[in-house]
Amino acid sequence: MIFKDLVIIGGGPAGLSAAKIAAEAGVSCLIIERDPFLGGQLIKQTHMFFGSEKQYAKTRGLDIAKILIDDCLKHQDLIEIMTSTTVVGLYKDKVITTLHDDTYNKIKAKSIIVSTGASERFFAFENNDLPGVYGAGAVQTLMNVYGVKPADKVIMVGSGNIGLIVSYQLHQAGVKVLKVIEAASNIGGYKVHASKIRRIGIPIETRKTIKRAIGKDKVEQVEIVSLDDDWNIVDNSSEIIDVDAVCISVGLIPQRNLLSMIDIKTKFIKELGGIVPIINEDHQTSDKDVYVCGDVSGVEEASSAIVEGYYTGLIAARNLGKEHQDFKTLNIDYKNQLLNLRSGPFGKKTLKGLEIMKEDANVK
Amino acid sequence: MLNKTGVPSLSLIKTKFPEQNKLFKAKAITECYEEIPCNPCSTSCPFEAITIGEDINKLPVVDFDKCTGCGICVYSCPGLAIFTVALKKEKAIFKIPYELLPYPKVDETWKAVNRDGLVIGEAIIKKVILKPKQDRTLLVEVEVDKNLLYDFITIKE
Amino acid sequence: MRIKEHPILTFPEKKKIWFTFNGQKVFGFSGDTIAAALHALGVMTLSHSLEMKRPRGFYCAIGNCASCNMIVDGIPNVRTCVVSLKEGMVVKTQTNKGDLNDI
Repeated sequence: MIFKDLVIIGGGPAGLSAAKIAAEAGVSCLIIERDPFLGGQLIKQTHMFFGSEKQYAKTRGLDIAKILIDDCLKHQDLIEIMTSTTVVGLYKDKVITTLHDDTYNKIKAKSIIVSTGASERFFAFENNDLPGVYGAGAVQTLMNVYGVKPADKVIMVGSGNIGLIVSYQLHQAGVKVLKVIEAASNIGGYKVHASKIRRIGIPIETRKTIKRAIGKDKVEQVEIVSLDDDWNIVDNSSEIIDVDAVCISVGLIPQRNLLSMIDIKTKFIKELGGIVPIINEDHQTSDKDVYVCGDVSGVEEASSAIVEGYYTGLIAARNLGKEHQDFKTLNIDYKNQLLNLRSGPFGKKTLKGLEIMKEDANVK
Repeated sequence: MLNKTGVPSLSLIKTKFPEQNKLFKAKAITECYEEIPCNPCSTSCPFEAITIGEDINKLPVVDFDKCTGCGICVYSCPGLAIFTVALKKEKAIFKIPYELLPYPKVDETWKAVNRDGLVIGEAIIKKVILKPKQDRTLLVEVEVDKNLLYDFITIKE
Repeated sequence: MRIKEHPILTFPEKKKIWFTFNGQKVFGFSGDTIAAALHALGVMTLSHSLEMKRPRGFYCAIGNCASCNMIVDGIPNVRTCVVSLKEGMVVKTQTNKGDLNDI
């Protein structure tokens, strides 16, 4: 059994940021990451990020990953990193079991930060299991991490930021994006992303959805239909299009499986992306030694995940008896940054979700 | 329009332009119509010509008297939503961000493209700038017909 | 299909990694996951549904969904989208839910 003060599960933007601040405060931590490398989904983001300088705005996502990883490597005396290691069990006495290659390990932590992110939502249509129906994020991983061209001709289902960004990145990789379809009446993501793909010749069509995929062993065609304002299929609106892949980008779901293993209290809050752990202002769950930050506590942009990570690392360190030398300043700064990121129209949803959560957050 | 297709209407586009008589020198046009948390255009401007303020969700406001048309905001905008434009006789000179292959070369004639992705004329490539600080976003100076002032947005080979 | 030119990214040539896929000797490159190498070779079917035996490709590519589970070096249910390719690996398409007795 390995003993650790703070174990951080998930080495994406939230986890890395949490580790940096906790180590700065003098806490020895362990980051456990399932992938062969750190950085989470940042490593496939080739576009410049929004936000302000404090969240590395105008830096490309993959370079933000490098900054966050470097920040952790500066604290090698305090931050231990395990990659290609999957947490397979989490127990109430803070014992974590991990799997690396064929080896199981047990780790006992004083505190745990769960920063496992989110997974891609899926939805029902005929033949949605055919090879060639991919998550938009999966396509992004294939082309931007591994340099593999995912397909030649694709259709994008969903016009949130991921759908719009991945459409642009597919085009950059030389893949023809025939169109982006959106079931709602308006584009879901940032309009600057929408305009950026529209001007390179990718149409965005609202009130349209995919009815079925067609093909024997893989996707060869899709049937697209129009929807009326009551979400019913419009008669004679069917359109068959030749494609070799369908990209699904219909949202993300907080990845909270590990938390269920220790009976953490959760609640369905649609504004935060589905079932989320109930947390207090300090990002503590119903088990006060288990914290969450990033998408697992509510789906948002990576900029917010980074700041949430810093904040949670700061609080977890203090509660372990290691108060950061700039605790007061940083505490206020991180709260202000989050408020600033969430104060526009896109942040309204998150703020509403967090309000709903407060009703249940008597877990301090 | 913008909410359904990603294409802003002409009247919306015009709200971002100064009076034409100000365009004898290049000016930054910030095609940012929606409040999102983002402020690099403002923080990157060396002339303090673009203001967003404390609340980073606010839309950028360009002071056209301070703006020199240098183009730093063009490659600093994460949304690729800024270009500069100047009017020279019968021509409009644009500086646009560009992140696609192949890269244009000086003196080539490319297609001028509008916000719908449609070809609307010719664009002559005047300058192609790529410095390390631009972080892989090309700055392309192109010359198009003056009457494309409110229509032109990008180029296509 | 590999991306050769990209406006933002560079993909320098990497070391070839030879492995076996359903008995055939094929190669990917160092740094690939098994699923990425197979996709580059044009292999889209990685596993099969348990009841109907319908073909399954990958879906999430980050180890969440189990759609890419394959038999690797005799071990079933390996998430090939997060497991790095190694020289000499024996990779097989999976058609059942995986049985310890098969190992």
